[in-house]
Amino acid sequence: MPDTTHVNINVKGKGQNTFDVIVIGSGISGGWAAKELCEKGLKTLVLERGRNIEHIKDYPTMNLAPWEFKNRGRVTKKILDENPLISKAAGYDETTRHFFVKDKDHPYIQEKPFDWIRGYQVGGKSLIWGRACARWAEMDFEMPIRDGYGIDWPIRYKDVAPWYSHVEKFIGVCGVKENIETMPDGEFLEGYELNCVEQHIKGVMWDKFKRYYASGRWAQVTSPNEIQKKQGRHCENRNLCMRGCPFGGYFSSVTSTLPWAMQTGNLAVRPFSVVHSIIYDQEKGKASGVRVIDTNSKETTEFFADIIFVNASALNSNLILLNSISDRFPNGLGNDNGLLGKYVCHHNYRAGLGGTFEGFTDKYYKVGKPAECIVPNFRNVHKQDSDFVGGYVIFSGAGRERLSDRGLTSTIGADFKKEISEPGGWTAYMYMQGETIPKKENHVKLSRDKTDQWGMPLLITSVGYDDNDDRMVKDFLEQGRAMLEAAGATITYEYDNHQAPGLDIHEMGGVRMGRDPKTSLLNEWNQMHQCKNVFVTDGACMTSTGNQSPSILYMTLTARAVDYAIQEMKKRNL
Amino acid sequence: MNRRDLIKQIALLTGAAVAGSEIFLSGCKSNDRTVSGFFTKTDISFFDEVAETIIPKTNTPGAKEAEVGIFIASFSTDCYDEAEIETLKKGINELNQAAEKKYSNNFILLNASQKQTLLTDIDREAQKYNEENERSGKQKLPHYFTLMKQMTLLGFFTSKPGTTQVLRYVPVPGKYFGCIEYKKGEPSWA
Repeated sequence: MPDTTHVNINVKGKGQNTFDVIVIGSGISGGWAAKELCEKGLKTLVLERGRNIEHIKDYPTMNLAPWEFKNRGRVTKKILDENPLISKAAGYDETTRHFFVKDKDHPYIQEKPFDWIRGYQVGGKSLIWGRACARWAEMDFEMPIRDGYGIDWPIRYKDVAPWYSHVEKFIGVCGVKENIETMPDGEFLEGYELNCVEQHIKGVMWDKFKRYYASGRWAQVTSPNEIQKKQGRHCENRNLCMRGCPFGGYFSSVTSTLPWAMQTGNLAVRPFSVVHSIIYDQEKGKASGVRVIDTNSKETTEFFADIIFVNASALNSNLILLNSISDRFPNGLGNDNGLLGKYVCHHNYRAGLGGTFEGFTDKYYKVGKPAECIVPNFRNVHKQDSDFVGGYVIFSGAGRERLSDRGLTSTIGADFKKEISEPGGWTAYMYMQGETIPKKENHVKLSRDKTDQWGMPLLITSVGYDDNDDRMVKDFLEQGRAMLEAAGATITYEYDNHQAPGLDIHEMGGVRMGRDPKTSLLNEWNQMHQCKNVFVTDGACMTSTGNQSPSILYMTLTARAVDYAIQEMKKRNL
Repeated sequence: MNRRDLIKQIALLTGAAVAGSEIFLSGCKSNDRTVSGFFTKTDISFFDEVAETIIPKTNTPGAKEAEVGIFIASFSTDCYDEAEIETLKKGINELNQAAEKKYSNNFILLNASQKQTLLTDIDREAQKYNEENERSGKQKLPHYFTLMKQMTLLGFFTSKPGTTQVLRYVPVPGKYFGCIEYKKGEPSWA
């Protein structure tokens, strides 16, 4: 019997442990699977290894003023010392850390340095994501095969375009339509106006480089349409997103897809449920369910379903599949070719730069926006025209310095108080998000002898950079400098911090899609080649990384895969 | 700008650039000292006086009203490592000695203009010290006064009076306006 004290059962009819579909994971893609499945009338169980999070009720810091935090946002030395890894994550601080794991609870083994950033709760990392939502372009799918650094994607832009629209319309993505070949337009809510220095940079970028400087395409409900109003969501531009937003201003599973799915009466969410493995039924030649360890009681329970969606987050999906051993699949579910866990890749976030601007001192903005500007990829667009393969986007923005003593005439006292309280000079920054090459040697695997507190084998990460990444960093720093200097900036800093893979929080691959079962694990519908009723639609499915932020593509692929799975069910193929 | 950026911004102040910001943002060993256990009431009054000299009461509240003294004691206890706390503690003595030397009096007993003159001098020294520090490439702690000034600015501009009466605090802004006119003298958004 499952521990029903943690089960949020809202399912009528079916036996307690049997569902139409099991979704492993409640994060950004799992939430989408749940929504689409429940809307189509399928009884769906969502398994989540962490605690439950309810919209608003479980956002303890959402309305606190700066002075209500003892250390004004800064975490203590004690917490830093105990969490040297997770505390590196973007956005981790006194106001948000309850949505990140604690290092000691969730060990793993780094064969090469890898910062594995995790948020274990209902909603997963969708509570604390960066929210950038630009679409992939046609060439992003074509580049790996065209330039010889990967297998071919089994899909093209036209296959996902309608599903991007489907997702955008529901979650709410702000943006401005600009008809850019390398970053297709979507179904946008009102876009953010650029501030005056951003407008200036945009003009210079076009005049001198024929490059774009686009208003951020972000999952913010700037101007809610009917469907977001039904979800009770709109953005107030508080810019405190990662605490959890009382207005549902940004998209998360908790604000949007999960409550939507719950309303259908078809959803059950079971928190505190670590999935041990997927159960394979040799006679039927397909998966029959999953084995779950309750994190509190440590008891094991089995749940059964006709279809399983694996959305445990990229590396945990790899872990579960590798741990799903049967006579038929001694090396992990669907792993006949031995490539499960291989071709793990990530985004290259190593470099950035910034500078100061003279002038514009009679201009300001009100008050702040929870988004940045995007410079879409301009490298290797139609053919390889650089000394590296793949593309990169640049995130950028400008603002007036705050509480800065640059250029002040006083250092102490009343004049200083007045001067430093006023906005300072203008600055602008750029940082890169670069594609990395999927490589067989970049892999994850299971430890043979080390386990966590629930008896799950520890994940071993072995993921590194290569010289393609170095060349891309060099090009970005040169181009970034050229663009900002052309706009009149004095560069004051630039860096290549060589941060470990993983800190980008864009880890992908290991269960990649492809046309050929010999070289991939999933087909064009995110369906396992060798186990047709298992679908993997989170970051693990990625054939290549592209250069745009991946979350919205995961949501898109998920909605598309659910649609396919339901058609196949109707045809009795599943 | 988010909270983390604010801390970085303040860390980059006053010529403490690299050394100061790294130490300000870096980790150090935990300690269980309570504020009262480590800093005395006199220390906290001292911090209040230093902070009030940096950010005095004008037509708006100053650092004392924002309880920056207790913030400095509490924040450093929670977030500083032992070497930093030692620097800060020694700083209290050094600053008092400088006051004795110049005005033959304890800092806390100086009048406002003496305090202002003294701290202006020490601030200049601190900048010089930090610059030399940076040039030498050694990972040394910044000048004690830099620590005091950083915590004063952080504490004051995140306090209720600093946020709501000195800066402009708009907790629920609503629509964002990208490009508006700015008149000299208007404070930053909090």
